[in-house]
Amino acid sequence: MIETDIIIIGAGPVGLFTVFEAGLLKLRCHLIDALPQPGGQCSEIYPKKPIYDIPGIPEILAGDLVNDLLKQIEPFKPGFTLGDPAIDIEETADNQFIVTTREGIKHQAPNIAIAGGLGVFIPRKPPVPELKEFEGKGVEYIIKDPEDYRGKNVVISGGGDSALDWAIFLAEGVAEKVTLIHRSQSFRAHPDSVQKAMDMAKSGKITMLLDAEVKSIGGNGELSDIHLTTKADGPITLNADNWLPLFGLTPKLGPIANWGLLIEKNAIKVDNSTDYSTNREGIYAIGDVNTYPGKLKLILCGFHEATLMVQSAFKRIYPNKKNVLKYTTVSGVNGFE
Amino acid sequence: MENIINITVVDREGKEHILEAPTDMNMNMMELCKSYELPVAGTCGGMAMCASCQMYILTGHVPIERSDDEQAMLDEAWNVEDNSRLGCQIKLTNELEGLKVQLAPYVEEDSDDDW
Repeated sequence: MIETDIIIIGAGPVGLFTVFEAGLLKLRCHLIDALPQPGGQCSEIYPKKPIYDIPGIPEILAGDLVNDLLKQIEPFKPGFTLGDPAIDIEETADNQFIVTTREGIKHQAPNIAIAGGLGVFIPRKPPVPELKEFEGKGVEYIIKDPEDYRGKNVVISGGGDSALDWAIFLAEGVAEKVTLIHRSQSFRAHPDSVQKAMDMAKSGKITMLLDAEVKSIGGNGELSDIHLTTKADGPITLNADNWLPLFGLTPKLGPIANWGLLIEKNAIKVDNSTDYSTNREGIYAIGDVNTYPGKLKLILCGFHEATLMVQSAFKRIYPNKKNVLKYTTVSGVNGFE
Repeated sequence: MENIINITVVDREGKEHILEAPTDMNMNMMELCKSYELPVAGTCGGMAMCASCQMYILTGHVPIERSDDEQAMLDEAWNVEDNSRLGCQIKLTNELEGLKVQLAPYVEEDSDDDW
């Protein structure tokens, strides 16, 4: 059991900054995120895009903002459970919360801050009617262990980095045959990867089908056939052991919707007149995941919400302890040993 | 009215909404739809990095030419037609008076049992 003062669900910019504000009050934090790296959307969707509305910082790349936040919170030694989404919240008799992740890791604290942004990032699935039927029976969206594809006849769809990188990797002596299907002639992956895949297509290591799209799949229990249409040759059927549609990730509110919180328009309703508390005492929601009259989904608003929220969390933990607002200019930042 | 144009959006049920769109607020079609609470998610915030604001252009107002980022995204989206554009990449200007668009279908990208 991991024990802390505040469990932060979501390691995006707002979740990260919560560690700093909590640390100033001597509260310890542990962050949980479904993604394997901290930073949320800033790292996953737009690390190389500039942000212009962080006060006092005229321009910063989203990825750099995350790095700076990580540096800023380092003195407060936060814990991380990454690549593993929070699934369940239980409340104990002594007013503690236990948050369990998909992998079964348990975290205990008297307060939870949900800084879940748009929710959990999950794979984008193509609208192929038989998809569900073959999930885990040849269709996979995430490659957990490349060895699973040794000696197999693998078909990959997609034109981004993940599709190309895996096509290249699996074609280099892992899979028996690799076919890459993409809907256009151009790729949005890194140019080096595109060049490498093109070279491998020329030398016959990858079969590349461009201007092509999978329309349906079939098989007797296990996937065996992939039906696609191509601009050049019309409908084609391929034999395959595996189909890996790799179209990137999309956020979904997911398990957050099952925690007994008031949800409005895909966001958690909070009390913005006080402390961003939800309808469950001890559970707060901050950043893009919350909603209230006049809500703006801005990183800077999330920072403000986090700052007020930790004051409330402090009072819940130490109802009789005096606390005053300290200026970091005067007191500095005193981290944990 | 100055700097206000009329744009028709056909929603996924086929209902037409006539929207008054300001052209001096640096807005795009995705933001306009959201401001009228039409069901456009705009998940990526307008960076052409998701396709949740895909729409079909029904009148000749908007060039079907797409930016490179937009094209790359549409190459990986579903239900893409020749007249598909990402709403976030269509800036509201006075020339768009009378534009008519239709929202692309929702895609059920997942179900509840995915976590």
